[in-house]
Amino acid sequence: MTGLLDNLLNGVALGSVYALIALGFVTIFKASGVLSFAHGSLLLLGGYLVAVLHDDLGFAGALALAVVVTALVAGALDRLVLQRVGTDSHAAHVQTIVTIGIDILLVTDLARRIGGDLLTLGDPWGDSVTDLGPVTVADSRIAAIVVSAVAIAGAFALFRFTPWGLSLRAAAEDAEAAALMGVRLTRVRAIAWCLAGGLAALAAVFLVAFPAPGLERTTGQIALKAFPAAILGGMASPVGALVGSMLIGLTEALVAGYQSDLHVLGEGFGDVAPYAVMVLVLLVRPTGLFAARGAARV
Amino acid sequence: MSDVLTSVLRRRGWTLLLALLLFALPFYLDAFWLRIGLFSMAAAIGAVGIGLLSGTAGQLSLGHAFFLAVGAYGYVWLAGEPGPGLPPALAVLLAVLLAGAAGGLFSPVAGRVKGIYLGVATLALVFLGHHVLLTADSVTGGFNGRSVPPLELGGFSFTEADPGLTVLGVPFGAEERLWYLGLALFALTWFTARGLLRGRPGRALVALRDSETAASVMGVHVAKYRSAAFVVSSMYAGLAGVLLALSFRRVVPDYFSLALSVDYLAMIVIGGLGSVAGATAGAVFVTGLPLLMTRYADQLPLVATPGSGDGSIGPTEAARYLYGAAIVVILLYAPDGLHGLARRTRARLRRRPPVTVPSETGPAPGTSATTARAKEHTP
Repeated sequence: MTGLLDNLLNGVALGSVYALIALGFVTIFKASGVLSFAHGSLLLLGGYLVAVLHDDLGFAGALALAVVVTALVAGALDRLVLQRVGTDSHAAHVQTIVTIGIDILLVTDLARRIGGDLLTLGDPWGDSVTDLGPVTVADSRIAAIVVSAVAIAGAFALFRFTPWGLSLRAAAEDAEAAALMGVRLTRVRAIAWCLAGGLAALAAVFLVAFPAPGLERTTGQIALKAFPAAILGGMASPVGALVGSMLIGLTEALVAGYQSDLHVLGEGFGDVAPYAVMVLVLLVRPTGLFAARGAARV
Repeated sequence: MSDVLTSVLRRRGWTLLLALLLFALPFYLDAFWLRIGLFSMAAAIGAVGIGLLSGTAGQLSLGHAFFLAVGAYGYVWLAGEPGPGLPPALAVLLAVLLAGAAGGLFSPVAGRVKGIYLGVATLALVFLGHHVLLTADSVTGGFNGRSVPPLELGGFSFTEADPGLTVLGVPFGAEERLWYLGLALFALTWFTARGLLRGRPGRALVALRDSETAASVMGVHVAKYRSAAFVVSSMYAGLAGVLLALSFRRVVPDYFSLALSVDYLAMIVIGGLGSVAGATAGAVFVTGLPLLMTRYADQLPLVATPGSGDGSIGPTEAARYLYGAAIVVILLYAPDGLHGLARRTRARLRRRPPVTVPSETGPAPGTSATTARAKEHTP
């Protein structure tokens, strides 16, 4: 019983971190139709900045600066590179591939700096744990859940209550009409990228916190697991991304937790289980769980 | 007869010259260059496959590494021990069909999931496939992989077999022999893919990419064509996998990672979407670059020799930088890739205004008809 609760809590913590990343994917996709393959590198950048800055600025200062810098880098990438690529109807596809190139550049550079090291981020919760009734939870997990919940609530408030959020939703609905109504698409997009970059930097801190060993050159690849989460939800739906992330987080934690019973699937199946779930869902709903259904016009 | 010959020579002169050059290279190059060529040919076969899917049909695929793995491991298992131990030539054929079947199994997803969604869905293939390669020890050899049984065709072995073979004073080792196998397989790929692209299926796929609704109204069966494109692309990947396995002589799971899939996507983007020649050029660029950088690291400025301490830029990293930058820069300034660049340069050299032929469909119907006729008349 305790085992189950443990696994569920792990799943929720993991899911809430994935949600930070998946929400970034969704925001970018809504604003520009681009699928950001550069997210892994942004995440790595955020983590790396915290790792090198926390000695001088303290953890909170380093985190704040890392979030801001990563957000600005993401925004600049969109404004200075992506928005200059392609103008026709396939622009979003081309830009998606450009993000792959950007990812290769950034990851190569960061991996070169990190080398074979394992960087610590100097987070205040370290490896301490808290007893919550029958289960013992790592503080880092609690922090992940709480901070993610706050950040996600903040993002949803941005979508719902700010002029930018309104512009974003209008642009996602019909970019041309929105532009004619005076929505500055370039700015809406760039801000969407900033938000996504900031969220990715935040996610990095929790991805490498206890019990994970620390920041390594391959940390960015974890961002790829948020892809299934975003796709499951339907890519253009923030709520869908949340649900998808929880589903993916819980699946991964449960499969990893009951690995001994699932021996037939092989060791380490937890790491790839999210992808299996995604394929199963796409078989039933090719556009995700929460996608809007609409008629296509020629 | 001689008229036909001159006209063929005039139109296909450069192609013939290039083919002759490729044929002669093993007599002049050492094993290192031949290996680059071999890997490039294998990559080109795979790139043509993904070009068909992503460039022509507009379906993003990041699962190409998986199908390469199916081809490579399929051959190794079918021809080797443990495994049925079939004759290697038959194993090659079955491995390609196996890769196609794997693509077919995925077609319920590939036929219905569109564009970018498919790109993410195919991510699943790479990760799940990698997991299977690591766990199914009895078939794949687990983490350490398996060694590849050499190919034999009618008693002729593609290895340094005794008695050794010497042609015109040049000893023919494994590389030289595989080179001609690669050329043959690549020629097969080149002509079948061009045939597909210029024929009815190619047109249907382009229509599908440009507007799904319009295409289906015109009578293109959307799901059928999407799945078919996926299956054919997987078969090319399988063939590429077999050739790669033969060149590497050992297959390991870690080679068939997401990075490999991204490499293939980069090849067709750098080469120019929807063109067979472009995919080939991209494949040579992406494959050759890191190998050349590593070989000539000591002569390049700003690049350190391998293992000379951290902080410095090693040849592998320098290649990655160049390669990432190539993707970004090409898409920024020449969205139609090397293929488009070549076309525009040629047009400028002829001092004619550039002809805006849609690169995806190849030349206009009239020209392709004449080429087809010319081909029939060639002895």
